[in-house]
Amino acid sequence: MSVVFEKTKGLTDKEFHYCPGCTHGIIHRLVGEVLEEMDLLDDAIGVAPVGCAVLAYDYFNCDMHEAAHGRAPAVATGVKRVLPEKTVFAYQGDGDLASIGTAEIVHAAHRGEMITVIFVNNAIYGMTGGQMAPTTMIGQKTTTSPFGRNAEQTGSPIRIAEMLATIDGAGFIERVSVHNPVHIRKTKKAIRTAFECQQNRKGFSMVEVLSTCPTNWGMSPIASLGWLAENMIPYYPLGNFRNPDKEA
Amino acid sequence: MEEKVICAGFGGQGVMSLGRLMSYTGMHVGKEVSWLPSYGPEMRGGTANCHVIISDTLIGSPIISHDATAVIALNYPSMVKFEHELIEGGYMFYNSSLIEQAPERSGIKSIGVAANEIASEVGDLRVANMVMLGAYLAACKPYSLEDVVAALRKVFGPGKEKFIPLNEAALKRGMEVVESAAVGK
Amino acid sequence: MEKVLMKGNEALCAAAIRGGCRYFFGYPITPQNEIPEYMSRELPKAGGVFLQAESEVAAINMVYGAAGAGGRVMTSSSSPGIALKQEGISYICGAELPCVIVNISRGGPGLGGIQPSQADYFQSTRGGGNGDYRLLVLAPANIQEAVDLMTEAFDIADYYRMPVMILGDGMIGQMMEPVVFKTPAARELPEKEWATTGTGGARTPNIINSLRLDPAELEKLNLHLQEKYERVRANEVRYEMHQTDEAELVFVAYGTSARIVKNAVAVMRRQGVKAGLIRPISLWPFPERAFDELPGSVRALMSVELSQGQMIDDVKISARGRWPVGFYGRSGGMIFTQQEIVEAGEKMLREVSHVSGV
Ligand SMILES: Cc1ncc(C[n+]2csc(CCOP(=O)(O)OP(=O)(O)O)c2C)c(N)n1
Ligand code: SF4
Repeated sequence: MSVVFEKTKGLTDKEFHYCPGCTHGIIHRLVGEVLEEMDLLDDAIGVAPVGCAVLAYDYFNCDMHEAAHGRAPAVATGVKRVLPEKTVFAYQGDGDLASIGTAEIVHAAHRGEMITVIFVNNAIYGMTGGQMAPTTMIGQKTTTSPFGRNAEQTGSPIRIAEMLATIDGAGFIERVSVHNPVHIRKTKKAIRTAFECQQNRKGFSMVEVLSTCPTNWGMSPIASLGWLAENMIPYYPLGNFRNPDKEA
Repeated sequence: MEEKVICAGFGGQGVMSLGRLMSYTGMHVGKEVSWLPSYGPEMRGGTANCHVIISDTLIGSPIISHDATAVIALNYPSMVKFEHELIEGGYMFYNSSLIEQAPERSGIKSIGVAANEIASEVGDLRVANMVMLGAYLAACKPYSLEDVVAALRKVFGPGKEKFIPLNEAALKRGMEVVESAAVGK
Repeated sequence: MEKVLMKGNEALCAAAIRGGCRYFFGYPITPQNEIPEYMSRELPKAGGVFLQAESEVAAINMVYGAAGAGGRVMTSSSSPGIALKQEGISYICGAELPCVIVNISRGGPGLGGIQPSQADYFQSTRGGGNGDYRLLVLAPANIQEAVDLMTEAFDIADYYRMPVMILGDGMIGQMMEPVVFKTPAARELPEKEWATTGTGGARTPNIINSLRLDPAELEKLNLHLQEKYERVRANEVRYEMHQTDEAELVFVAYGTSARIVKNAVAVMRRQGVKAGLIRPISLWPFPERAFDELPGSVRALMSVELSQGQMIDDVKISARGRWPVGFYGRSGGMIFTQQEIVEAGEKMLREVSHVSGV
């Protein structure tokens, strides 16, 4: 009998604490699989964010470093400068990366820091109970935009992939989604290409993954996948924004 | 008089609102009250609890530690976790719809209330917490049923007044569980 | 006024709005999230502005700008977020601007935890920012007191042109108690002639600034600040003496700890042990004078904190060697029971008797 599905060695046996149906779990699995398939687990150092994924240090089966809120790219920079031959990645949410940590992410890209960032955009602050994020959609109700996000007061949702793609130090930038199996496969491919970009020393790499937060969106897991496809993808177009191989 | 009650159960069983209503009613009848919730990420789907104190005199610490006069447990993990917080002779009201075993601890008064079944009979599973409150009212008598209903009226406001009869029915059925047991003795 | 049952975090907000707060800049962090959430709903209704900043660093600098422009402004956070605000707080103190800062503290260091803690005593009273500055730090022990202090906080800040910090913890923030909103005696407040509101062609420009490149000028600013802090020390000390008459053992505790200690004092008194409590309400200025009021019966002091011992430094300074000072604390979000305190207190009394040969 052949093994059809085996849990990746890229993840530990620790049970996820994520809410039922939260796509953080899928994204973890994809990162773990890529690390395993590229045989990087023994040489990788990951940086965990402050957000629902704070306990990522317990889940990824490699050395991990926990950062302060938003500072993961700076911490990853420190690790990488000491260990330039190792694979260094950060995993960040949209409050972490797109709000408090904008300076760190922009300057990691600007320096062409040879790190890979997995950026989970779920349009809300999950961990702290559903407050507005810079990525929150116009009209979306959150606990700090109780009347719906209003562009006049709080601007329009920020498109991080497009913004970082304007920076010369960025080697690979792509936006993907995990709302169905086809896109999950594409996400895995993008994560792999990002790590390859780092290995080939082609500059900073980031994969922005559109993700769900059923708990704070106040929807069932299935309805959340539909909401993502209908509301987020039209505003956050999927695709590649920078690719080192295309330019070569 | 000083009532120190721990209300505990799954998130979604209404233990927090149960505790709030107990405090709110206490305030309306002129008692000192405090309500202290557990908080944090473990509450996602996990168990939630709150500490309620209703007293004739100023309340010192809002934390109940080994001096609970009553525990209202809506699920098994809560009953096990909090039975040791009770004083000797304290009351354990447990939701026998979900908890098959009575508490192990001796020296306490255990009262099983089939809150889910009763709530469904009354018309809505969501008032299981009110059935438990009814049992507590009948046994501990911190204030009357009328006081609770008056407080509910304030909490609900005119918009939700239509829910009062359902809640009142649930409270009464909970009271009957205790009263009929007392008659039986 | 009618009594209402309110959560500490929300009661603080309602009190702030009554106290004249019209601008709020903050960032989510547990266990104070109900504060920005309440403000996002209620401040616009009061004609005010709520804005979620991109970080605590930005939030405190928004406060700096708004206070400079003459606004009645507030921010709130919890321990790690307050740590990030320290630079801004130092600038606000250097520029002598009024504002209110709420810290609903949690366990540290670093990311720590989210349960109640009092490990930010040094951060609040010693300052985590640079320079010789002070905050007026008020530590309520119940929600009514939180409301009363908060309602007054904006006036105090305006009066002295300095930040007022309300230091609570997760328990004060999350619990509900009945409160009554009262109108405090209004202070006579000077016009904010220093504010950057636009000259309107009618005056010379105002500059909000903390830079003094000339050492003599910078020293002058510092001496002026000290003179102001002396006035605060003289006028703003607040504390409660609880059952200190004839006491042998006097606990010193603030905020949440003080509530548990009060229960412990009651237990000890019932057992015939004469215990009492000094409860500092203003942590800076620290109520040194409370210790001068203690009766001759006192044989020992004990600082009780949800930390590994920070306020104890001020207790020792205030004791001036007159009594031995003991300590009992728990940290990381662990909360002592009244029984632990009773036992620690009795142990200390036994040791003191032993040493003095009684
Ligand atoms: C300095 C600091 N500020 C705020 C927080 C509180 N905090 C914890 S997680 C978080 C945001 C999480 O949102 P996001 O990054 O979108 O990740 P998600 O939880 O949605 O995965 C915040 C604000 C903190 N821990 N430290
Ligand atoms: S709060 Fe949202 S992001 Fe966090 S684990 Fe739950 S569903 Fe996922």
